[in-house]
Amino acid sequence: MIEMLLYDPNVRWVVMASLLLGLSGGVLGSFAFLRKQSLMGDVLAHAALPGICIAFMLTGTRSMLWFMIGAAIAGMLATFGIGFITRHSRIKQDAALAMSLSVFFSVGVVLLTHIQHHVRGNQSGLDTFLFGQAAAMTMSDVYLLATVALILIAACALFFKEFKLISFDPEFAKGIGLPVAALEQFLMFLIVIAVIVGIQAVGVVLMAALLIIPAVTARYWTDHLGHMVVIAGAIGAFSGFSGTILSTLAHHLPTGPLTVLSATFLFALSLILSPKRGLVGKWLSRRKARMLLVASDHLEQERAFVRGGG
Amino acid sequence: MIQSKAPLKVTDLSVSYHDKPVLEHISFEVPEGKLIGIVGPNGAGKSTLIKSVLELVPRLKGEVTFWGQPYKRVQKRIGYVPQRESVDWDFPTNALDVVMMGRYGHLGWFRRPGKEERRLALESLRMVGMEAYSDRQISQLSGGQQQRVFLARALVQDARIYFMDEPFVGVDAATEKAIITLLNDLKRQGKTVLVVHHDLSTVKEYFDWTMLLNVRLHAFGPTDEVFTPSLLKKTYGGRLTILEQEGKMSLLTN
Repeated sequence: MIEMLLYDPNVRWVVMASLLLGLSGGVLGSFAFLRKQSLMGDVLAHAALPGICIAFMLTGTRSMLWFMIGAAIAGMLATFGIGFITRHSRIKQDAALAMSLSVFFSVGVVLLTHIQHHVRGNQSGLDTFLFGQAAAMTMSDVYLLATVALILIAACALFFKEFKLISFDPEFAKGIGLPVAALEQFLMFLIVIAVIVGIQAVGVVLMAALLIIPAVTARYWTDHLGHMVVIAGAIGAFSGFSGTILSTLAHHLPTGPLTVLSATFLFALSLILSPKRGLVGKWLSRRKARMLLVASDHLEQERAFVRGGG
Repeated sequence: MIQSKAPLKVTDLSVSYHDKPVLEHISFEVPEGKLIGIVGPNGAGKSTLIKSVLELVPRLKGEVTFWGQPYKRVQKRIGYVPQRESVDWDFPTNALDVVMMGRYGHLGWFRRPGKEERRLALESLRMVGMEAYSDRQISQLSGGQQQRVFLARALVQDARIYFMDEPFVGVDAATEKAIITLLNDLKRQGKTVLVVHHDLSTVKEYFDWTMLLNVRLHAFGPTDEVFTPSLLKKTYGGRLTILEQEGKMSLLTN
């Protein structure tokens, strides 16, 4: 069945695109996770919805490029809004994130409903952006999204050393002369783009999961940033791949939930099985420690016995 | 001319946090090759002084030069050891990797650290007695070991002036000794080291020069001349009890 699907060149390309979107989501998500910006991905994804709707209303077409531009502008507005609120009021960042997420998403849903009622019924197909429908991609969408995903991965490879340092110790990075503020903006911009292209595969509501679950899962298997980024990318790619395949097999099921569930499956496995941080690993090392303690106690007792006897 | 060559010269520096003044009208000139302790009560602006000099926090007013030049031109010759709590030690990296970050400034854009960086980083780890821990995940290190890794990272920068923010906080006795040995080594190489320090009982033993700071600069000079009961009282206000017994001075802060 899967083989038959993959013979279809259209399906093959869509699967390829989902795989690349998952890959770039996992790679960028690693940095977002380590910089404690997990929620930022969620805000950006939800903020994208009004951006996409306005782009559709202005251009009247379902053009991926304009959607990306609209989503990017909305995402940037959301991040500026959060920065403004936290700087000029007593509201803390978590509250500011929650507020902007719901405000932007509300506007998005209002606009989406308006479009669905007024633009020739459901023809716009924008509702696929809520939960993702990889199969809704046209061939030109696929080319564009795949190219953007590859550019994102290349940028991360190129700036790996700098991104690592600003994620671990931004003050030290500033001290050795890196333009930290500009690099942070640039990384944020890459995350925005990763979110926007990923929306096509998993949708607005679940995009944060595709950013964070692969990163969290990868952290279970390594203590090395380079390896973590690669593993997270692989997990994202696998999730995108299997989510799209499953969605094609089971008609009408949206890609997003299936992709996220694939990633969650790998997360659950890691939570249990990872040798160092997993539940089984922790249980084994605690058991070993207890056995060593018992053994050394025995030795001590025997020595005392021998001393006492002699 | 000779005066302008001072490794660090600060003129009329003021810094505020929101509308609250943290540092006011600070002026001083640091001599070359000295070990300098920056001492003062909590909230005196000790860390802020270092950070504003290194342009990590904005200054309200004032001029700072290193060897007569602005910070940006001589950045590579300046080493900085931040407070240990300033980073997340659960970050996925090991001790050697953190030390290699000290070479990133020399490497420049897009170039990956290689064999040479590895060699230099291992050498620095050896200098702080941490060579056996080079591949240890950083969360698996004790507080003192983490501090030594930070020191090794600064050493590998091969700077001429070092700024250290409370390197002795929360470290074991062995680390404290390792750090002070290292500071003396640096001094012997003609480097200048400024250390934010809070333990008054060790100031006389550790530092050639001492700065007494409490928002304003109260005294700066050779420790013997500056670290006196009257100047300390002036700096700490009522927050210091000085017990003098048999010519020995004991200090209690509260």
